[in-house]
Amino acid sequence: MSRARRVAREVAPPLAGIAGFVAAWALAAAVTTTDTIPSPADVWAAFVDGLRDGTLVDATWRTLVRLAFSFTVAVALGTGIGVGLALHEFTRRSIRPLIVALQITPFVAWVPIAVIWFGVTERAVVFVAIVGAFPAMTLATIQAFRQVPPLYERAGRTLGASGWQLYRRIVFPAALPGYMAGLQQAWGFAWKALMAGEIIVAAAASAGLGHLLADRAGDVTALLAALAVIVVIGVAVEYLVFGRLDRSVRRRRGLLLDG
Amino acid sequence: MVDVTDALVPSAGEAGTPKLSVRNLTVARRQASGELVTAAAGVTFDVGRGEFVCLLGPSGCGKTSILNVLAGLDRPASGQAFVDGRPITGPGPDRAVLFQDPALFPWLTVAGNVELALRLIDVPVAERRDRARSWLATVGLMRFADAHPHELSAGMRQRAALARALAADPEVLLGDEPFGQLDAQARELLQDEVQRAWVASEGRKTFVFVTHNVREAVVLADRVLVMSAGPGRLLEEFRIHAPRPRQLDDALVSRVVTEIHALLMQEVNADVARTTGR
Repeated sequence: MSRARRVAREVAPPLAGIAGFVAAWALAAAVTTTDTIPSPADVWAAFVDGLRDGTLVDATWRTLVRLAFSFTVAVALGTGIGVGLALHEFTRRSIRPLIVALQITPFVAWVPIAVIWFGVTERAVVFVAIVGAFPAMTLATIQAFRQVPPLYERAGRTLGASGWQLYRRIVFPAALPGYMAGLQQAWGFAWKALMAGEIIVAAAASAGLGHLLADRAGDVTALLAALAVIVVIGVAVEYLVFGRLDRSVRRRRGLLLDG
Repeated sequence: MVDVTDALVPSAGEAGTPKLSVRNLTVARRQASGELVTAAAGVTFDVGRGEFVCLLGPSGCGKTSILNVLAGLDRPASGQAFVDGRPITGPGPDRAVLFQDPALFPWLTVAGNVELALRLIDVPVAERRDRARSWLATVGLMRFADAHPHELSAGMRQRAALARALAADPEVLLGDEPFGQLDAQARELLQDEVQRAWVASEGRKTFVFVTHNVREAVVLADRVLVMSAGPGRLLEEFRIHAPRPRQLDDALVSRVVTEIHALLMQEVNADVARTTGR
């Protein structure tokens, strides 16, 4: 099968889904009389306006910078704590429940606390994103290590691996697929928590995408245009970055059925 | 109280020191239910340098547990195991293990798996590639050097595991029913491969394989140690003098197989009688 056809077969179903959704939306906008449901065309126009006057572009850029920073910190924290807890049973059993508690806490709940601690600042927004993402990263890291088949470790030890080498050559690579799943999850949480932070801490010095959602509470068309940008970025990173990474690791190891 | 095991310790350093020895070894195995069962009880035997020994016995007789103790992966409940007269304290590259599952690392290519074994014994980078390829050629996997383990058949995977185990030039090769999950052809091919590797070592390498397949034990081994049903004890040993390479249908092989079969059937029947109280 040619590459073009393979790509077509890959993207046809999701494109059909999107087309169906937009059609249903257009229909809903046409049959209702309320102006709180703008048509897809109106939202597209608002989107183009946002690009022209630069508001959407600036907001997206600021949001992505915040996201990159908070995701990096969350991954570093989660990996460090996760590896530490995976290696030491007593510490794991004492600390893990606290991490689970953090993970279960709705990240929106951190917004007022962040504002009290940091004021209406950049730091408050980033804090919410980090606190929303790092527990998932930590738990996934612990889980990734605990799911390493004991046989790999035994085989490695009979080949002469011990201490640091055993981890570096056997345990870490064996834990990689689970760790990648954790990255994907943490990315989802960081993105959602960042939006929650930006919506509520709207008066921060520089407006991000979340601020647009809060700012334009009256203008539903512009609001939906901002929301569409948020959704598209989220989906794109999920599929094009993490989905791909995850699939390539799994394919190499024979963990994918469709080759 | 006199420590009996001390008196039984094989003396180290002498020319006659057995390569491996097991003294009054009792091993326990934890079942899925969490209950500890005695797998092998009070087993004593020696394996000479360059010898090929098979431990043969019904499922649950503790032969795998004994092998794991020799590998240094598990600790015995009591008794001791020695390599070159020194107590075994842990695993090491001097004793390679072929597991029932090939246990190849899926994130590495076939050649990568063999190269890792070389890296772990500090073979310089420059030599690793060539040495790994030459081992793969020996087991007929040259074409699959850059494939990942999941792309290989079960038999090829076990051959790759054999190449990985032999690459570090271990003095001892321990096999835990490594061919148990293979089809008849792949199994025969690997038996040949293992015999060839052992013969090629010209008495430098000691092989200990565990199996419940009588024919396999007789084809492979110089000496077959037959164990009873669990908790396993040593029942009898058979010396096999047939010339190598042996085939499954060699006349001498067949005769010993019949003999061992009869012994095992007798033992299994006796075990059934014991457990059912008849």
